[in-house]
Amino acid sequence: MTRPKLKSFHLQREWCKGCGICVAFCPTSVLEMDSQGKATAVRLEACIACGMCMLRCPDLAITVETTDKEEKP
Amino acid sequence: MTIRKYLRERFFPHMWCPGCGHGTVLNALVRAIETMGMSRNEIVMVSGIGCSSRITGYVDVHTLHTLHGRALAFATGVKLSKPELNVIVPMGDGDALAIGGNHFIHAARRNIAITALVMNNRIYGMTGGQYSPLSGCDVMAATAPYSTIDPAFDVVALSVAAGATFVARCTTYHVKEMIDILRQAILHEGFSVVEILSQCPTYFGRANKLGDAAEMLRGLKEGTVPVGSEAKQKNPALIERGIFAQQEKPEYCAEYEKIMQRARAGRE
Repeated sequence: MTRPKLKSFHLQREWCKGCGICVAFCPTSVLEMDSQGKATAVRLEACIACGMCMLRCPDLAITVETTDKEEKP
Repeated sequence: MTIRKYLRERFFPHMWCPGCGHGTVLNALVRAIETMGMSRNEIVMVSGIGCSSRITGYVDVHTLHTLHGRALAFATGVKLSKPELNVIVPMGDGDALAIGGNHFIHAARRNIAITALVMNNRIYGMTGGQYSPLSGCDVMAATAPYSTIDPAFDVVALSVAAGATFVARCTTYHVKEMIDILRQAILHEGFSVVEILSQCPTYFGRANKLGDAAEMLRGLKEGTVPVGSEAKQKNPALIERGIFAQQEKPEYCAEYEKIMQRARAGRE
């Protein structure tokens, strides 16, 4: 079984309050805080599509879409 | 995004503070509902007063925003009149166990099929950080400038003793576990209680120097262990999470239907 891969990452900036939870717990340091104090994806190529940022986000601002497990990349 | 159909997007961004655990509970709750493929028409959410109770404003299901501590009383009425609906009652720690303590134990005693969520951030956030019955000893709060001397309720033990037939605890750090537990709690036929350890970085975190939201989540990660783990025996200060009780007992609405049938039969 191949691991699901990242299809798309979307962060709704107007919903993000910049708490930094996604930045603190991203296992591959994909996310950083920008100059306006909001989360932003700076190294999407390192994303392993675990989706934990999406599940933990208290502002429901993050959407991570992945390829299906069966789908060949 | 499929969960968006369960949200009232016009009210976003929501009113909770940056890093508030209640947002994560909302996130997990709509995902739990989404995995079950429930229709918005078959869910009723009833809440009382407090930061946590504002959650009903953001979900696009049937919602009631009622009196402080009395959400379970309203929910009991809804469930008895429409037993086919899934009734979910999100409450804060003070709402559920101080102001609503009596309603809480009696709803548990009746084993009515309602899902009660206790979003436990150990503080009254909305009114400025007063300590609650779940704050525990040695905690700083707006009403305890020299720290609290009141021990906390153990929500799990209290719910089991009062008669709840599904009792679980999870945290806002362990989100996948929370989604799974919420799903099981909603599906359970009887009174289910899920205590969710949540973080209030604005009041509880600041008053107790626990750092920012991420730091408080690390505290929940390191301070909890799965139920029955060996680490708990070595360090009793750790808090267990998982499912503590899951049993089948006569459900209140079903019993009420039976008694109604007996009453009707007697008249004919």
